[in-house]
Amino acid sequence: MNTSLRLRAGLVSIALLAAFLGIWHLATRSTAPVTTMSPEYAKLMGLTATQGKSAMPGPLDVGAKLWEHLKRPFYDNGPNDKGLGIQLGYSIARVGTGYLLAVLVAIPLGFLIGMSPLLSKALDPFIQVLKPISPLAWMPLALYTIKDSSISAIFVIFICSIWPMLLNTVFGVASVRKEWVNVARTLEVGTVRRAFTVILPAAAPTILTGMRISIGIAWLVIVAAEMLVGGTGIGYFVWNEWNNLSITNVIIAILLIGVVGMLLDQILARFTRMVTFPE
Amino acid sequence: MSTFDNPFDPDRNLRAGCACGQHRSVAEHEQAAALRCEPVESEEKRYEGVVASAVMRAMFPQDVARRAFLKSVGASTALAALSQFFPLKTATEVFAQTGAPEKKDLKVGFIPITCATPIIMAAPMGFYAKHGLNVEVVKTAGWAVIRDKTINKEYDAAHMLAPMPIAISLGLGANAIPFAVPAIENINGQGIVLATKHKDKRDPKDWKGLKFAIPFDYSMHNYLLRYYLAEAGLDPDTDVQLRSVPPPEMVANLRADNIDGFLAPDNICQRAIYDGVGFMHLLSKEIWDGHPCCSFAASKEFITSAPNSFAALTRAIVDATAYASKAENRKQIAEAIAPANYINAPVTVLEQVLTGTYADGLGGVKTDAKRVDFDPFPWQSFAVWMLTQMKRWGQIKGDVDYKAVAEQVYLATDTKKLMTEMGLSPPASAYKSFAVMGKTFDPAKPEDYLASFKIRKAS
Repeated sequence: MNTSLRLRAGLVSIALLAAFLGIWHLATRSTAPVTTMSPEYAKLMGLTATQGKSAMPGPLDVGAKLWEHLKRPFYDNGPNDKGLGIQLGYSIARVGTGYLLAVLVAIPLGFLIGMSPLLSKALDPFIQVLKPISPLAWMPLALYTIKDSSISAIFVIFICSIWPMLLNTVFGVASVRKEWVNVARTLEVGTVRRAFTVILPAAAPTILTGMRISIGIAWLVIVAAEMLVGGTGIGYFVWNEWNNLSITNVIIAILLIGVVGMLLDQILARFTRMVTFPE
Repeated sequence: MSTFDNPFDPDRNLRAGCACGQHRSVAEHEQAAALRCEPVESEEKRYEGVVASAVMRAMFPQDVARRAFLKSVGASTALAALSQFFPLKTATEVFAQTGAPEKKDLKVGFIPITCATPIIMAAPMGFYAKHGLNVEVVKTAGWAVIRDKTINKEYDAAHMLAPMPIAISLGLGANAIPFAVPAIENINGQGIVLATKHKDKRDPKDWKGLKFAIPFDYSMHNYLLRYYLAEAGLDPDTDVQLRSVPPPEMVANLRADNIDGFLAPDNICQRAIYDGVGFMHLLSKEIWDGHPCCSFAASKEFITSAPNSFAALTRAIVDATAYASKAENRKQIAEAIAPANYINAPVTVLEQVLTGTYADGLGGVKTDAKRVDFDPFPWQSFAVWMLTQMKRWGQIKGDVDYKAVAEQVYLATDTKKLMTEMGLSPPASAYKSFAVMGKTFDPAKPEDYLASFKIRKAS
């Protein structure tokens, strides 16, 4: 039953993909030459103007270009032109740094806040105000105060991935079952030991869910931040290709951003499964 | 007299027309010369020429006297005679190695448009290396980012729109930080492009209600478009919509029908034509022939803390600009700056911009060798004109000391000195009068000029 469902779902997925690619291909076929123009003039014009080629590339164009990129992902033609592998590496390194810093701050802080109802109430309004701020709104402020664009990008990742983790940690710690804490107290377990042996394992699934939400947000933000700051990274690649109006490369970048985002999410999902316990 | 003329040519016409007399203008002559495909001289030879030119000009400052001398003895004899009593070889060496730069590894930011040609090409074509520098040219996402990165010292110097250093120095749209312009990047080279559906609306008087894009508020594009609209009787603040849009987004917006046209830097204009979404309504040179567009700018702090690096950088830029000003080099430059590492655009588009033989978007091929040109001299009268327009459109309020600001930001004196050292002939004065749409601008009377405009923002 289970395997047959999986099989059927897989078949439907493939059918959907094929249908999507088919429609895409048909929609972007080039029409016949629009107008007649002198050969001298036509030589100076692009394919869109001369052959009525659609401005949107078809799946075949994208596939060919993708293959070209995958063949040599690590080339380096100077500071403004690097292979996709290198660009993704820069982005992942930035996300990793900002995200780890956020983890280091959010989890201990969330733990403390969660264990104290007073602090939890007192800090709540600040967190509520800071949480919904769009990460890019921080960008000018960061550039202005930090005066370094790559650190600014990391700061933006940090500031936007901290909130879900912080809130989830607070919530997870605060909602550990009272009975378990009381049992520990009855057995005269010290505060520190209680925190690590009772509360932490009990709150871990919630904390990791927060971390999973955060990594998703961090990956969303990096692309926008790099488009703004430039230099390196997959976001810069999108911007650079947009500059050249190369929609093919933009689509490839979108595809890769999606794949990497999914991988990051899957890694965190696996960790979450590791700490989940049946009640 | 152009900066890059050869003073050893006795037949050079001092007035209009060309040297050999076979062509109507110097431009035509240069085009004909470009077709002859002369071999490129070696670096050393070029330097020798530069130094010899300087000596020659110094000995015979009067054009007529020099010509008489050259006529009577011939150019090669003159050169030989010159080296008899002036050690040309030594002077060439000295020229090639001025004070060692304090900082060799520099970062220079640029926006990927053809205005940045000298800054960009100097990297792949070795002009920075020739002047003892190791420069990394870094592509940047927009004018605000390039401003912030230069202010934050991530870049040592940068490509900026010509009015930007003035705006930064005055503290408009940023904290006031003294900036300076040692060289103008390009003159001309912009255009008004309209969406193809407006091909019958060629009279700007009919443009009421249209939406136009400009690259930045503090840009020549903004001032030229406003000037052009105002001359047609439209108030750019109320009759049309002007939007600040980053150049790469302009073509996409034009295609999506979000805007009706734009006054943008090239290769964006030509790109819109290449992609079949617009046509060239007017080259910016038809509004003001010889207008500046982009500049090479650095903070005063960098200039004072690393004067030799700055001088070497300026020399490299002036050198590259001189190379770019020659029509016969333009094709080679287009190929050098087209890759993804630099402008990232199709070579044919860049060639059309730089050579001036271009498709106009309406089915015709046009030729204008001066569509874009390169002349590094930072005329202070350019700065004065920009200040009048900033005031005209309400960007500056109150009184302006035009001359003081112009002289503080546009380093004509320093550039003149460098150009003289390099054997180029900078103009004697830093102020020149010019005409914008037929109206003469006298840099000595900016307030009168400003008062003469009927359409302006009420202050």
